[in-house]
Amino acid sequence: MNGEVRDRSDHSYQAVMARRPEIMLRSVGLDYNKFARGKISFDYEGMMRDAAYSLDEIERIQSETNIGNTPLIELKNITEIVRRISPRGKGARILIKDEACNPSGSFKARRASVSVYHAKKLGYKGVISATSGNYGAAVASQAAIRGLKCIVVQEVHDSRGLGQPEIVEKGRACEAYGAEVVQLTVGPELFYVFLRLLEETGYFNASLYTPFGIAGIETLGSELVAQVRERFGKDPDAVCVTHAGGGNVTGTARGLIKTGATRTKVIGVSVDLSGLHMASDRDFNRKSFTTGHTGFGIPFATWPDRADVPRNAARPLRYMDRYVTVTQGEVFYVTEMLAQIEGLERGPAGNTSLAGAIAIARDMDRDQILVVQETEYTGAGKHPTAQLTFARENGVEVRRGDPRENVPGKAIVIPEHPSQVTVKDFDLTETRNSLIRNTVNNTGVKEVAPEDVRFLAEETRETEAFVVDGLTRLGVTIRG
Amino acid sequence: MGFSAAETAGKIERAKKGDWVQVYGVVLKPEERAPQVPEDTHKVPLEMRIKGFIQQDAQVGEEVTIETLTGRLVSGKLVAVNPAHEHDFGRPVPELAKVGLELRAMLQGGGDEA
Repeated sequence: MNGEVRDRSDHSYQAVMARRPEIMLRSVGLDYNKFARGKISFDYEGMMRDAAYSLDEIERIQSETNIGNTPLIELKNITEIVRRISPRGKGARILIKDEACNPSGSFKARRASVSVYHAKKLGYKGVISATSGNYGAAVASQAAIRGLKCIVVQEVHDSRGLGQPEIVEKGRACEAYGAEVVQLTVGPELFYVFLRLLEETGYFNASLYTPFGIAGIETLGSELVAQVRERFGKDPDAVCVTHAGGGNVTGTARGLIKTGATRTKVIGVSVDLSGLHMASDRDFNRKSFTTGHTGFGIPFATWPDRADVPRNAARPLRYMDRYVTVTQGEVFYVTEMLAQIEGLERGPAGNTSLAGAIAIARDMDRDQILVVQETEYTGAGKHPTAQLTFARENGVEVRRGDPRENVPGKAIVIPEHPSQVTVKDFDLTETRNSLIRNTVNNTGVKEVAPEDVRFLAEETRETEAFVVDGLTRLGVTIRG
Repeated sequence: MGFSAAETAGKIERAKKGDWVQVYGVVLKPEERAPQVPEDTHKVPLEMRIKGFIQQDAQVGEEVTIETLTGRLVSGKLVAVNPAHEHDFGRPVPELAKVGLELRAMLQGGGDEA
């Protein structure tokens, strides 16, 4: 702060965006500057330790609002199908964590719980969240339990006033939990409206990306490990996590590590929406998925600090062992599979990780255990029939065939056989190089300190030599 | 109290003070939009829709003030009175219709298909 008094009555885009640091400081109650280190680095673990709560405290906070202890269900029929299409001795046992059993119908209740608890403890009268996803309903539900007011800002309509059915439903759910829903048309200026609302109301910023939000997910990882250990006497071999903004991967993986399940592989899975521009008015309603997709997954993995807080606590590249994509048609297909042979009507977006698991389990041994760590509620608008009807009405072709012929925004191809459900591996080395490149481009650094190199090595889960090589190629020198 | 057929079809034209309504407003005109938005988005305004309790009697299309669920007063053009949630489950999707039957047949069929 330079002592300059800013005019809070100036609501122009530029003026509000310029007030971002002070609005953030007041609305999160957390001074991110104290975690800053070298030119680009910051003390991530220090931030998580200092700002968030311990696993025990979070379990207590979450039990107060009826979160967690969700069933871990063995998908016996899906496992059987997988084994029939796998080589002899292959076909891991697939389990799913039925997170739809949380109060607002998704794992996002965990993510919202700590923020809302913390906001109340600090004396805020209400909470605001910018989200078009299940997180809105989660914040609204938690705020309802703790008696705080709640505003959810959604990107929901295109310029024709046509809303994505999945998002419209999520807005309805927020209203059902007593939240005010601010519905916007397509565009990144949602953030500007969000800042104005924070400034006007003085409410807490229940961002998806604070240490509170991410720490709240750690119990999902720790719970599933405890459940697998109790039933099978060992740790899960792999966990499939639907990856969008990175919180789900980060929080779950941190929970695994805190429980000592350090050998469990963390596999991020996103729906491939390549070619569709996320801020395009035209492309907006040609997406048949509004979350769990590469439009969030890749940008957030390669530059986490694009979030609505100064330092994002969700840093998925630190935790992902593997990152794969699946197609929209495959996810709708496995959503139907889950309902039809397991009797669980859930999703669809949350079943992105299930689609990945069905493909990946075929390459794993029969005695191995693969956990899909979430389900989400389903309902009007948020359902394969609703989303595929909407896709057709917006000119997207829907047909059966080989899902490899899927073209985001043009054709959704529903597999004809479970063996057609496959994953495409994303090159994580390339993703790591992108993170280094984005860090250099977005900060404009020409020279970094050894601690920055160490930081980037942690960010990318790579060696310092890998980082030095990447930085050198970008013309950045290392001091000292 | 009851609604007329037109009202239940979501076509209520007049609101009475205290009714649950939706208002509409332009937040940013096309020329005020952020520089990074793609071309098609840059041609259209950033629009906002919010619901709340209307503060006066009014006709659809008029500028009004509402009190939202958090108690904020927001002004905008009245666009709907007692707006319905119209999203639904869509139509049955023929491409999904037989998926369950196929998978159940596989389970019952026995033997490896691979």
